[in-house]
Amino acid sequence: MEEKQNFTVSVYTENNVGILNRLSAIFLKRHINIESMTVSKSEIEDVHRFTFVVIVTKTLIRKVVGQLEKQIEVIRAFYHTEDEIIYHETALFKISSKHLYDETIQNKMKFRRAHIISITENYFVIEASGLKEDIDNMYEKLKPYGLLQFVRSGRIAITRPKMAISELLLEIN
Amino acid sequence: MKETLTIKSQIKDNETTERISGSEAVIKCLLAEDVDILYGYPGGAIMPVYDELYKYQDKIHHVLARHEQGATHAAQGFARISGRVGVCIATSGPGATNLITGIADAQIDSTPMVCITGQVGSHLLGSDAFQETDIIGISTPVTKWNYQITKASEIPEIMAKAFYIAKSGRPGPVLVDITKDAQFEEFDFTYKKCTKVRSYKAVPETDSSMVKKAAELINAAKKPMIVWGQGVILGGAEKELKAVIEKAGIPSAWTILGASAIPTAHPLNIGMVGMHGNYAPNKLTNECDVLIAIGMRFDDRVTGNLETYAKQAKVIHFEIDPAEIDKNVKTDVAVLGDSKESLTQLLPLLNKNKHSEWHQEFKDLYAIEYDEVIKNDLHPTKEGLTMGEVLKEINKQTDGEAAIVTDVGQHQMIACRYAEFKNTRSNITSGGLGTMGFGLPAAIGAKMATPEREVISISGDGGYQMTIQELGTIFQQKAAVKVVVLNNDFLGMVRQWQQLFFDKRYASTEMINPNFVAIAEGYYIKARKVTKREELADAVKEMIESKEAYFLEVCVEKEDNVFPMIPTGACVSDIRLK
Repeated sequence: MEEKQNFTVSVYTENNVGILNRLSAIFLKRHINIESMTVSKSEIEDVHRFTFVVIVTKTLIRKVVGQLEKQIEVIRAFYHTEDEIIYHETALFKISSKHLYDETIQNKMKFRRAHIISITENYFVIEASGLKEDIDNMYEKLKPYGLLQFVRSGRIAITRPKMAISELLLEIN
Repeated sequence: MKETLTIKSQIKDNETTERISGSEAVIKCLLAEDVDILYGYPGGAIMPVYDELYKYQDKIHHVLARHEQGATHAAQGFARISGRVGVCIATSGPGATNLITGIADAQIDSTPMVCITGQVGSHLLGSDAFQETDIIGISTPVTKWNYQITKASEIPEIMAKAFYIAKSGRPGPVLVDITKDAQFEEFDFTYKKCTKVRSYKAVPETDSSMVKKAAELINAAKKPMIVWGQGVILGGAEKELKAVIEKAGIPSAWTILGASAIPTAHPLNIGMVGMHGNYAPNKLTNECDVLIAIGMRFDDRVTGNLETYAKQAKVIHFEIDPAEIDKNVKTDVAVLGDSKESLTQLLPLLNKNKHSEWHQEFKDLYAIEYDEVIKNDLHPTKEGLTMGEVLKEINKQTDGEAAIVTDVGQHQMIACRYAEFKNTRSNITSGGLGTMGFGLPAAIGAKMATPEREVISISGDGGYQMTIQELGTIFQQKAAVKVVVLNNDFLGMVRQWQQLFFDKRYASTEMINPNFVAIAEGYYIKARKVTKREELADAVKEMIESKEAYFLEVCVEKEDNVFPMIPTGACVSDIRLK
């Protein structure tokens, strides 16, 4: 049985209404759960970039990426394994102000890429970024203080191999 | 006089502009794309476009279907027989949702179609307005492309793109949803045909090194076998395929949608593959040393169990759609590109060959199939009529010149197995989606696209009643479609499965049928019912000789089964003859 693993799928698309629906439909029809998703502009003017994380086999991701790429408004789609990318996630933790001067919190933050981005009378907000495991770790450590709110972003990733989108567009245009 | 009434000649470039409404622009776009017929059903949100259709009725003929699903299948039949883009039009809400079955069918069977739907005014979008439905969301998974227009100025570019996308590369359905305010809005119209979309590569280039590799494998093969699909017809590569087959002497089989690309009587045509295909090509799929797939997609109804499918063979796949490569069957050589181009490049690289012994193996297995199945289907000795003998009679009396349009079920398999085709684009059927109700409306579209051809719709008593209302369209349009219903008073294919796999528990498959002749006559269509063998030839003759539409009901044996058969998930070589 072929093993499932994390794949980061980067999809470069036109910037039009409804593309997300079209892309998510491809995952849906194969019953694949999307672990994380981020949409942003890309390095190319007018071109958007979707970053999906899914846990599937290599055989399956190849087929899925083929079907993603087949969509009319998709310029190119790529898939990468964990060691082919540099990736990051961001999280925000909202905590009651009574813990603000708690040394244990201060210590925990020192060793992570985390800092306080807002302080009010009632609460303060910590922003942390890093790998998924880093955020998970931080979450476990801050949980005992009582999280008023917690949110994390989808993965953003830069690939080590080249994705020749600009050249491709140049050729087409 | 309004400027909109000063009709200029069909605009084909961006030389001229004129100030017109969005709805008139829709018609002008259709004219610029050489559309002279479309199928549809009016309603509130599309009324401005219908108003323009009224004004332009001398240039563009609107066919009023009796249900929007019928309109889509008619547009599909039109496209499948002619190679042109089928167009249908409907209103918002239920009008739009009723298109979905036909759109899904066109998507899976790669049929070029443009569907235009009306939508509530843009200020009402998302408010659950009367007859509002999110047709873009609903149609996304079953369209090649779709787009919602909210401003009249978008109409020319989007319509041009819609036609280009629908017909280029691997064809498919496109849906354009137009809000009512965009239909009313006036703007400066100018039309330019679309020739490229930057994010879409319609046809991948054929890599000559891959063609060379393919040729080397074919030249070295001792037992090569071709399976071609609809890609050959869509690419207009029938002649090229025939030349390849004849030069290399390769026994060649077809998928259901590939039927008629090469004449049935061609000596190297070894029949249909798949669940109810012929015995020899299924059996020998697992004996060949090189399997050459051309414009087909290894559907599960063709391959049976993938784990045991052609494992001994090197597989060459000629295919236009990169997403199909290795999707189901791992290939050794993939030749991307248009079938006509690829086969043209392949031909000079092939050695002349005969493979007589290998070909003989197919003939030997055919003889077994003939004795066990075909003889009884075509020359029955029992009292009840068989579906096969009806097809045999139609073959005889049309000399294989007719286009056969089928519905879905036992009659479909029998028709595809026994119809003797002489011309390409003569088999129109719902292959991938298996849409019951497809046949009758598709035949209407096919007949209207090619009035000079004999178009025969063959349905079962089940599927026929799913779109029976389209008899009204036949009557109103005076479309001379010949309608045959092979009536066994059962949903025959499901009943067959119940018999074979569910211990004859016939759950909801028996049909208590109406008087079909009376219904046809109610629509003023000539009709006849045949219950005895001795009446068959005369009835078919009367049908073929009729210059108008004709309905023929043939009451066939109730519990006949279609064989050969590969049970679902079984190995192709385990095909059963009984």
